[in-house]
Amino acid sequence: MFDRIWRSHQIVERDDGQALLYVDRHLVQDGSAPAFEMLRQRGLVPRAPERTFSTPDHYVPTDSRDLATVGDPEKRGMAQALIDDSARAGITCFGLGDRRQGIVHVVSPEQGLSWPGAVIACGDSHTSTHGALGALAFGIGATEVSHVLATQSLWQRKPKTMRIAVDGRLGSGVSAKDIVLAVIAKIGAAGAVGHVVEYAGSAIRDLSIEGRLTVCNMSIEAGARAGMIAPDDATFEYLAGRPYAPAGRDWDDALLRWRALPSDPAAGFDREVSLDAGAIEPMVTWGTSPEDALPITARVPDPAGASSPERRRAMERALAYMGLQPGTLLTDIPIDRVFIGSCTNGRIEDLRSAAASVAGRKVAPGVEAWVVPGSGLVKAQAEGEGLDRIFVEAGFQWRHPGCSMCLGTNGDVVGPGQRCASTSNRNFVGRQGPGARTHLLSPAMAAAAALAGRLTDVRQLASGTVRP
Amino acid sequence: MKRFERVLAVALPVAQPNFDTDQILPARYLQKPRANDFGAYLFRDLRFRSDGSEVPDFPLNQPAYRDARIVVAEANFACGSSREHAVWALGDHGFRAVIAPSFGDIFLSNALKNGLLPVVLPSDVVAPMLRALLAQPGSRVAVDLEAQTVTGPDRSVHAFAIDPFSKRCLLQGQDELDYTLDQLGHIEAFERRVAAGSA
Repeated sequence: MFDRIWRSHQIVERDDGQALLYVDRHLVQDGSAPAFEMLRQRGLVPRAPERTFSTPDHYVPTDSRDLATVGDPEKRGMAQALIDDSARAGITCFGLGDRRQGIVHVVSPEQGLSWPGAVIACGDSHTSTHGALGALAFGIGATEVSHVLATQSLWQRKPKTMRIAVDGRLGSGVSAKDIVLAVIAKIGAAGAVGHVVEYAGSAIRDLSIEGRLTVCNMSIEAGARAGMIAPDDATFEYLAGRPYAPAGRDWDDALLRWRALPSDPAAGFDREVSLDAGAIEPMVTWGTSPEDALPITARVPDPAGASSPERRRAMERALAYMGLQPGTLLTDIPIDRVFIGSCTNGRIEDLRSAAASVAGRKVAPGVEAWVVPGSGLVKAQAEGEGLDRIFVEAGFQWRHPGCSMCLGTNGDVVGPGQRCASTSNRNFVGRQGPGARTHLLSPAMAAAAALAGRLTDVRQLASGTVRP
Repeated sequence: MKRFERVLAVALPVAQPNFDTDQILPARYLQKPRANDFGAYLFRDLRFRSDGSEVPDFPLNQPAYRDARIVVAEANFACGSSREHAVWALGDHGFRAVIAPSFGDIFLSNALKNGLLPVVLPSDVVAPMLRALLAQPGSRVAVDLEAQTVTGPDRSVHAFAIDPFSKRCLLQGQDELDYTLDQLGHIEAFERRVAAGSA
């Protein structure tokens, strides 16, 4: 599949093996001001504004829809620059007053802009998300964003390929987030560097499109250039009728092309990895790299048992930052904050899953818990289903869409030393704010943590055996 | 883009695997205009306390490492976020090359476009080099792009690979975009083929 997409988008190949790839879809968010500035300095304008779509997400407030409430003029300026740059270039922008606004990686699939077989680029590392629909999608830096704006193309060295097969049935309380955390724990944060990953196997097939988006989203946390999943009937059903999906005869033509995309079962990969879905438990991270993930039933690991001196030092450093002692039960770790949202877990199924955990219970005293929908449409749908009331009555804050506390660029941060159960994608040192301690987990697990005031096995919550 | 030929300079050891771009340049500086000196924000939360005073233990704050122009790091250096600001911060501070067993893919690409040379060397070369830099603070390393060699603190010479196009761009200080704009005919032809339904 990867080879087919690569070959069909190759404009020219250089003698050093790098190919100039055509970019079908360019997604732009409010971190892109430097790229537009580079373009202006050269006197260039975007070449294909009709292939480019934008929405502000990194710098938007989540307590209101009024940019003026963003105190820092430079932050406010980032969101405003996107709106202005888009208007100037004729790029469709889902702005703050538009219900379609949201996190770019939630909005694009939702609008039917992410197509199977497409090459999709965006100046954000989590662009790997869109591979869930069978696209080749990857993150790029500011200079490359300006290159795509100017030429609708990118020079790329052909990556290697890796197949990660997850077979079997997931246990109850186990979700797409747990699959991808288990994958990263197994292969490591550098496990897929230089590779495009294709996820396969019955457990991946059985995932909804939203679950697949979660898995592909975190491919970058294993170092992958991109993650992708072969399109199937579930993909086509998801896309059918979405605003920017092909329609009428174009849809029929597209389906013919898309059905021909999946890899030949005998296709070779440079590397193969397999996981047993039935053995995956609800996962949570204890350290400062997404690879530091363990089943919730485990204990904080002891650096003394590390595989190498380098690993031991890394573990000691992580535990010191996280304020954790080896041997502590993960379920004994108290939390201060909960963040449910992000491009990893800000979609409607994520919110339904979290709301199901809540089921009439209350957020533990002293815990500040937030739900930040991934887009205005996710928010509206959740409100239509009454999920907002479930959250608010339990004591959660129900906020407006944006990247929010995943990286805190808009000022939504976790305080120094505070511990946050977060459905986002990175537990790096200081990721959610200077000194903030992040535990990555699924939406159901995050909600369970909010209710118990500590990391909790959602399966015990469901069976009523959780300690008060 | 700034030209790169060769650098002989003090090397800063970053003895941590998976050293992410959030550590190189925290997200709260991403909205700063490019005209800022991003070198001031480099390794911000490791270099400085919240009151702005220096963390004495951090190598870059030690006299022997202050003039470092080369970083030597463990595997998967600059993984994570695609922020090009991480490259700008290293470059603005004066760093010209980073040596590691592997890099975050996006950082590698960003570095090449900003005159910061990423050098991939095997971990059995980098590990002893890191030990030497930690044991003898202020040791110098040489990186010669034309010859594609790194000379370690112990004078051992190691060859590295780089694709010829990136090498040429770095040696000449040429931007990739200029080269691509010369290929517009190919891009237009591709777009016509797509429009005709044959691509």
